[in-house]
Amino acid sequence: MNSLALFLTVFIACAVEAVEALTIVLAAGLTREWRSTFQGMAAALAVLAVIVAVVGPALTLVPLTGLRLVVGALLAVFGLQWLRKAILRASGYKGLHDEEAIYTRQVTAAQAAAGGGRRGVRDWYAFTLAFKGVLLEGLEVVFIAITFGDNQQNLGLAAVGAVAAVIVVAVVGFAVRAPLSRVPENTLKFVVGIMLTSFGVFWGAEGAGVSWPGHDAALLVLIPVMLLVALGYTALLRRAHEAVATAGAQAVQPVEGSTV
Amino acid sequence: MTRWLRSFGAFWYDFVIGDDWRGAAVVAGGLAATALLVHAAAVNAWWLLPVCVVAALGWSLRRATAGKR
Repeated sequence: MNSLALFLTVFIACAVEAVEALTIVLAAGLTREWRSTFQGMAAALAVLAVIVAVVGPALTLVPLTGLRLVVGALLAVFGLQWLRKAILRASGYKGLHDEEAIYTRQVTAAQAAAGGGRRGVRDWYAFTLAFKGVLLEGLEVVFIAITFGDNQQNLGLAAVGAVAAVIVVAVVGFAVRAPLSRVPENTLKFVVGIMLTSFGVFWGAEGAGVSWPGHDAALLVLIPVMLLVALGYTALLRRAHEAVATAGAQAVQPVEGSTV
Repeated sequence: MTRWLRSFGAFWYDFVIGDDWRGAAVVAGGLAATALLVHAAAVNAWWLLPVCVVAALGWSLRRATAGKR
């Protein structure tokens, strides 16, 4: 995997997570109170920094084969989760991830929630909402950056990709002060799901002792194959979903020539 | 304390495994079988894990959509 591919994979994956975190932060900040929201964000970032400081160096002590086995398995499982959701959304079985709708839901909940401070925080609701959102999405950013960076022995570049994604999304988001609903999130999740699954399979199998034909070049076959499989599943499910929808529509219409 | 541990465990389960544990089980089983074939039978089973992952994805999707057809 060359440096550009590593950077782009980490950047896109982390950008998707950052968009989700931004939606929650904006909902908390714009409807409740910015100071408590920023405190929540800062607390979550501090926790993430501790996790990086502990997990990052600890991973470098693990032998590469063992690391690839564990990280490969985790990435494959993680990638399958992303891919499953993206395929269900693309085929119509699940609603598309709509940042606008999520934002509206969060805003309604934030407006309805009771106010009140605690432990030096003026608005506890805004604090916890921002804290949970940034911590949860940030954990995924940290996980992706550390696993990809460590496996490629280039943690620095992976970290740059992750930080760049977060900065770009944060700058754009705070400039427009609205959820980034125009980001084609499902398509990005589809692509990231393919990448995570493919790299997970590649590293996991290597960790299990396999020697891939063509070594790293096997990824150039593995990624397109995973893409084709995912597109195939999407097409099959979309056809099935459309057939059900058509049958449902016909069922409510009277048949031509019937006595009804 | 027990409640905190339970919610901590539930958080990590949801974070790593997600909606369908079967995908994780197939990946773990596929990796174990690959390691067994490589080390015990000297078979370079590079093909096994991709097959397992493709099957796991199909199985998971089928289960997710089964009641909606």
